[in-house]
Amino acid sequence: MLEIRDLKLTLNGKPILDGLNFAVEKGRIHGLLGVNGVGKTTLANLLMGISYPDKGSIVFEGQDITRRDISERARMGITLAWQEPARFEGLTIREYLRMNRHLSPREANNFLWMVGLPPADYLDRGVDTSLSGGERKRVELACVMAMKPKVAILDEPDSGIDVVSLPHIMNAIAEMGKRGSAVLLITHGEEAVNVADEILIMCAGRIINHGPPQAMCEWFRGNCSTCKHIGQPDLEGA
Amino acid sequence: MVAVREYEAMLEAYSRAGGSLEALRSKDVGNLVIHGNKVLGVNEARGIKIETQETETGVNVHFLVEEGAKISHPVHLCFGVLPQQGLQEIVLEVEALADSEVDVIAHCIFPNALDVTHRMNADIVIGDHARFCYHETHYHGESGGVNVIPHGRIRVGKKGLWQSSFTLIEGCVGTLDYDFEVFGDEKSVSELLVKVSGKKEDEINVVERIYLEGKEARGLAKTRLVLSDNARALFRGETYGNAPFARGHVDCLEIVNGDGVVAKAIPVVCVNDKRAKVTHEAAIGSIDSKQMQTLMARGLSEEEAVDVIVKGILR
Repeated sequence: MLEIRDLKLTLNGKPILDGLNFAVEKGRIHGLLGVNGVGKTTLANLLMGISYPDKGSIVFEGQDITRRDISERARMGITLAWQEPARFEGLTIREYLRMNRHLSPREANNFLWMVGLPPADYLDRGVDTSLSGGERKRVELACVMAMKPKVAILDEPDSGIDVVSLPHIMNAIAEMGKRGSAVLLITHGEEAVNVADEILIMCAGRIINHGPPQAMCEWFRGNCSTCKHIGQPDLEGA
Repeated sequence: MVAVREYEAMLEAYSRAGGSLEALRSKDVGNLVIHGNKVLGVNEARGIKIETQETETGVNVHFLVEEGAKISHPVHLCFGVLPQQGLQEIVLEVEALADSEVDVIAHCIFPNALDVTHRMNADIVIGDHARFCYHETHYHGESGGVNVIPHGRIRVGKKGLWQSSFTLIEGCVGTLDYDFEVFGDEKSVSELLVKVSGKKEDEINVVERIYLEGKEARGLAKTRLVLSDNARALFRGETYGNAPFARGHVDCLEIVNGDGVVAKAIPVVCVNDKRAKVTHEAAIGSIDSKQMQTLMARGLSEEEAVDVIVKGILR
């Protein structure tokens, strides 16, 4: 559904992405693991069209979308949940969810329930600083679900979420996969890894390994947690 | 006959501006309609006394809320000048006696103005334990030919509440010289909110001053300005903590959305009692790129995203 082909990006003389290749598929949840600073959020931004790569291409349903802007990609069915979502003065959660004009009130309620937020308590609240960090992230996830996206890029949706709410988040992500979305789940958390169908491990701007979640988690703990070469990993050991 | 025609014209403009005709026609709802220097309609609901005196250039109004009166329906004020030229000077004296409660909704309408001046000098006294909420909304045409000068001085009694909003987002501002100051007594709450959308060659000057004179008095001076084209704006928000445990805050956000815009903000926070605390935040800048990206990632175009953000700020 979405293919990333030989993506390269250099910032301030430092290679951030260095020939990145992978694909995400309809109805599958692809976990993306990597230590801080390997370029995961940069990749999310490139996929959403917030910034553009130096080389390589992003292909969605057979079309090269590498140079298309954010709105175009969103209308094609790609969306992103930010790691630290923006806040909006004067915009209610109800209005935020109904950015998808085809969404019914009932569906809006359901998506809030899925992330553990009772609609009666939240629909009329602002998407503003009155929400805690965890609440805001859950609203963001509900909004992404409300888009009914073909591809959802979720940048650490589990960070800053309390243990009571985390299962709601995980169930919601799993539900997105069941409903046919291709999900790219950027995460550090092992709970998140458990909902993934496949794990991709990123280091030094490349995917250095991929495979089943449990095996990849163990591999990640054994190799990447001791990696002292962010930007220059020991790829021979991969 | 002329007065009837003027009244009907004012009601029509009022209705187009979103005002409630039902409220103006109801005998249970206090209201006052002034066109230029003519009083076209006045209705005193129970607990309210409205006295008016026409002058050469406007109307003097004395507005009294009786002691202990809880006014169930908001009082509606409709001020305006319908011709292209005109002068309207409103001198407004308000007394909200102790324990009274009232909401006032004012519509100020200048749809055809090419050279109109609307000046209001308000002297407002809110009694102890009284609550007075005043919401003023302006409707201007697109010519920018209005000179709006609302000045107010409000004294809020012990445990009293003053809450006001001034909204001018429809049509061109023209020039605005808004200057309100509030003096809050012990445990009073004072809130001033100004929301203005400036465009073309608009000139906007907003001054909000809150003096927290009584122990545990609280105050908020908040302004939201969105500026485009060649609009110019100066905001000055001042809060003075002059009593023990007084708490005040100045909050200004100016969104700059045009190459010719000039925006300035001067927050002043002053404490004259070591137990008082006043804070401020002021931000001037273009529309936040992350907000834009977020809305565009939901499928909105750049223009639609700007619209959503601006409308939210001015809501």
